[in-house]
Amino acid sequence: MEKGVCALIAHDRPPVVEMRGITVTFPGVVANDNVSIEVYPGEILALLGENGAGKTTLMNVLYGLYRPDQGEIRVGGKPVTISDPKDAIKLGIGMVHQHFMLIPPFSVAENIVLGTEPVGAGGVLDLGRAFRDVTDLSAKYGLTVDPAARVENISVGMQQRVEILKVLYRGAEVLILDEPTAVLTPQEVDELAAIMRNLASQGESIIFITHKLKEVMAISDRVAVLRRGKVVGTVPTRETTPEDLARMMVGRDVVLSIDKGPARAGDVVLRVEDIQVKSARGLPAVRGVSFEVRAGEIVGVAGIEGNGQSELVEALTGLRKVASGRITVVGREITNRPPREVIGKGVGHIPEDRQRRGLILSFSIAENLILERYHQPPFARGINLDFREVRAYARKVISEFDVRTPGENLRVGSLSGGNQQKVVVARELSLEPRLLIASQPTRGLDVGAIEFVHRRLVAQRDRGKAILLVSLELDEIMSLADRILVLYEGRIVGSMKAEEATEAEIGFLMAGGRQRQDTRAGGERDARVGSRREGAMGAAHPATT
Amino acid sequence: MPESGPGARAPWARRTLLQREEARELLIPVLAVVLALLLGAVLVLIGGKSPVAAYSALLRGAFGGTGNMAETLINITPLIFTGLSVAFSFRCGLFNIGAEGQLIMGQVVSAWAGFALAGLPAVVHMPLALLAGVAAGAIWGAVPGYLKARLGVHEVINTIMMNYIALYLSHYLVIGPLKAPGPLPVTPTIAPAARLWRFLPPTRLHLGVILAVAAVWLVYCLLFRTTIGYEIRAVGQSQEAARYGGISVRRNIVLAMVISGGLAGAAGAVQVLGLQYKFLDIFSFTGYGFDGIAVALLGRNHPLGVLVAACLFGTLARGAILMQSIARIPKEIIGIVQATIVLVVAADEIIRRFIMPRRKAAAAGQASATGAEGGADHGA
Repeated sequence: MEKGVCALIAHDRPPVVEMRGITVTFPGVVANDNVSIEVYPGEILALLGENGAGKTTLMNVLYGLYRPDQGEIRVGGKPVTISDPKDAIKLGIGMVHQHFMLIPPFSVAENIVLGTEPVGAGGVLDLGRAFRDVTDLSAKYGLTVDPAARVENISVGMQQRVEILKVLYRGAEVLILDEPTAVLTPQEVDELAAIMRNLASQGESIIFITHKLKEVMAISDRVAVLRRGKVVGTVPTRETTPEDLARMMVGRDVVLSIDKGPARAGDVVLRVEDIQVKSARGLPAVRGVSFEVRAGEIVGVAGIEGNGQSELVEALTGLRKVASGRITVVGREITNRPPREVIGKGVGHIPEDRQRRGLILSFSIAENLILERYHQPPFARGINLDFREVRAYARKVISEFDVRTPGENLRVGSLSGGNQQKVVVARELSLEPRLLIASQPTRGLDVGAIEFVHRRLVAQRDRGKAILLVSLELDEIMSLADRILVLYEGRIVGSMKAEEATEAEIGFLMAGGRQRQDTRAGGERDARVGSRREGAMGAAHPATT
Repeated sequence: MPESGPGARAPWARRTLLQREEARELLIPVLAVVLALLLGAVLVLIGGKSPVAAYSALLRGAFGGTGNMAETLINITPLIFTGLSVAFSFRCGLFNIGAEGQLIMGQVVSAWAGFALAGLPAVVHMPLALLAGVAAGAIWGAVPGYLKARLGVHEVINTIMMNYIALYLSHYLVIGPLKAPGPLPVTPTIAPAARLWRFLPPTRLHLGVILAVAAVWLVYCLLFRTTIGYEIRAVGQSQEAARYGGISVRRNIVLAMVISGGLAGAAGAVQVLGLQYKFLDIFSFTGYGFDGIAVALLGRNHPLGVLVAACLFGTLARGAILMQSIARIPKEIIGIVQATIVLVVAADEIIRRFIMPRRKAAAAGQASATGAEGGADHGA
C-alpha cells in the first residue's frame, strides 16, 4: 500500500503544524483538555471522535475561530498566534467547512478567487487571469473543474472541489476538511479519497474530521482519536483495526457488525400502490411508487437526500396527502387518513428530525413518552391526565431503553442527542407497532447510540414486525436491510435483495444510473449494474462495518 | 454528524444562575420590578420630592384600611381574568390581543342577561348572566381562532379588528336596542338576582375576586392536569410534533381561542355583575384587556405567575391614585414603572428567544451542524 510508504517518509521530516497542550473551555464545559496533535508534510491525519468529543473545536482553534485558554501552536517549528482565519491563511492553513461557503450565481473561477482576486490595470478584476490561475491549479492537483460553470449548476461533489481549490488558491499547505464526506454519494466519496491522496503526494498535509471508521481506514495515514475533549491515542492507520478505533472512541467494546440472521418474511403488512405525492412547494416529489413490506423483514430505502424520501414517509404516516394511489396496512386503507388513525392501525414512526417533529423539547421526558397515547387509559381518565401513571410508565421505559437521565421530569431538550433519540425509539417501539417506519434513525448519533438503535430495529424485525428503514447512510441500509429499494427523483429505480447488492451498484443507482434488468417488470430479480465501476475505496478496503 | 456546539453540550454541567432556565424564570420578573421601582424613585427625586414619601403613600393607598384593600382587590380581579386569557392563548402559541374586545362583549351580554331575564331566582340568574358574558367572550375569541386555523390568517390582526368591532357594536347597542330610558348611553340596571354577592359591606368587594382565584386554579388544572391542556401546550410548543403525535392542530387553535376569549369575557361579566350593575358606554377601551398582556408577560404565562403579576399591577394602579392625592406626585410615575417592568421582561424574552439561540447557533454553526441537517430543508 503506497500510503504506508508515504507516512514513513513523512515522519523523517519535522511536523508542519504542532498543537501542544491546547485547552478550550466554554462556560461549564471543557471542550479540549490539554490536547496535543501534530501533522507532518504530505500526511493525511484523521481526527476521529464521537459527537462532542472536541474535534471541530480543536480545528476551529487552528483556524483562528476560537482562542485557546492554554496551549501553543507551532507552524514550521515556530510558535504562532492565530487570532482569526486571516492569520491562519497567512500561515498556510485552510479549512473546508461542512457547509460550503460559495456564492451560487458566481462562476467556479469567481468563487475560487473571491477575496484575493487578481487585479489588473486600474483596479479592474482580471477575470482572464483568474480563469488561467484556476485552470493551472486544477491541472496541478488533478482537481478537474470547469472554471466557467456557475456554482448553482454543479453537483455537491464538484462544489466541494471548488472549496478545496479555494483553499489551495490561498496557498494552503495544511488543509482541514470538516466531515467532508457527509454530503457525498459513495462514488463522490471515492473520488474525494483519490483527490486527498493526490494532494498528500504533492506535499500537502490534510487533517480530516470524521466519525466514520471506514473512511479513516481507507484514507488516512495516521489517526488521532478524541474522547470527551482528550486525545486518547494517536496511531498509524495500518497498525490499527476498526474495532480498536471504535473502542478508543467510545471507551468500551463496540459491536460493529450487526448480528442478524436471515429474515423470515411473513404476510404483507404495508402495501403501497402507485402513490404520487407533492412536496411542500407543490412540485411532484414521489412519482408513482409501489412496494410492499412484509412482517419480519426490514426494507431499506436508499437514496441521496431530497429524492422524495421525506415526502414518502410523510405520506405513509398521514402527515402529507397523497395526490393519487393507495396505501394499506394489513389490508386496511390508510390513504390520506389523519395521523392518529394511522397510528391506531399499528404504524410507528421514528421521524427524521427528532428535534422538530419527534419531540417537544420543552416538555419533560415523561410527557414526550406519551405523545401518541396521552388520551388513552391508563394515562387519561376522561379528560384527566394521571401523572402518577405517566411517570411510572416513563420510569419503566427509561430503564428498559437505558435512557441516561437523572429523572423522568427532565426537559427532553436538555438530553444529549443520543438520549433524545432513545426517547423517540423507546416511545415508538413501546407502541408495539406492526409496521415501524424509521427515517434516518441514527442521524447525528455516535457509535454507541447507533449500535443501540440498530440492535433494537433488528430485534423488532425478529419479533415478526415489519420495518421500513429510510436512510441516507448507505452503510446503514446495507447492514440492516433485507431488501433494498433505491429512490431517485421520486421513483424507485432499483430493488434488490440485500445479500445480492453491492455498494457500487446502489451508489450508481442513487446517482441516477439505470438498473439493467432481464425484464422490465422483474424488479425483484437479479440486477446488474450498467457500468462496472469499482470504487477506489471499495476496492482497496472491503466494507469494514 | 455534528460536533455539538459548546452551548448544547454537557446537559447537567455547572452553569451560572442567569443561565439556569428555572432561576431565570423567576429572577428576571423580580429584577424587572425592583429596577422599575428604583427608576420610579429616581424620577420622583428629580421632581424634587421624596421617594420614601411617594412609595409610602402608594402603599397606604393600596393597603391602608379595609376600604382601600377592598378597592385594590377589585382592581386586581379583572386583571387576573384578562391575564389568564392572554396567558392561555400564549400557551397554544397564539397572541390574543383581543382580550379587550372579548371583555367588552362579556360586559354587554351579561348586562343584557342581567336586566332582560329579570324575575329569575338568584341561584339561576346570577350564574346564567355570568355564563352569558363568558359565552360572548368565547364567541369573540372563536372567530379569529377559526380564521387562523382554517385560513391561516394571523390572529394578531384579527383580534385587533375584533376589538374595534366589539367597541363600535357596544356603542350601537347602548344607544339602540339595549338603551335604558334617559339621556345616557347606558343599559338598564341589572336585576338584584343577577348581582354578584358583596361579602364585605360596606366595601364593594364582591364574589368576583373569589371567582378569579378559582379561575387561576381551574386554568392551572386545565393546562397541566388534563389531556386538553396537554394538547394545547403541545400545539403551542411544536405544531409539527403535535401533528405527528396525532393531535389536531386546528381544533386546538380554535379551542384555545374559545377558552381565552371566555376568560376575557368573564372579566367583563364580573365587572358588570359585581361592580357597575349596568353597561355604561365609556367611548373607549377599558384597558384591562391590554393590561392583561403585560400581566401575562410578567407572569410568564403561568397561572400562578399571572395571579402575582395581576396583584402587582392592580396594587400599583390603585396606590397611584392615592399617591397623587396625598403626596402630590403625578400618578404617571407609576405608568412609567409599569412600562419599565414590561420592557425589562420583554427584553429578556427577546434575548432568550432570538439572541441566545443565534449566538449558540453561531458558535455551533461554524463548527458543526450536520450536512444532512443543513440540507434537510431543501429536499423536494
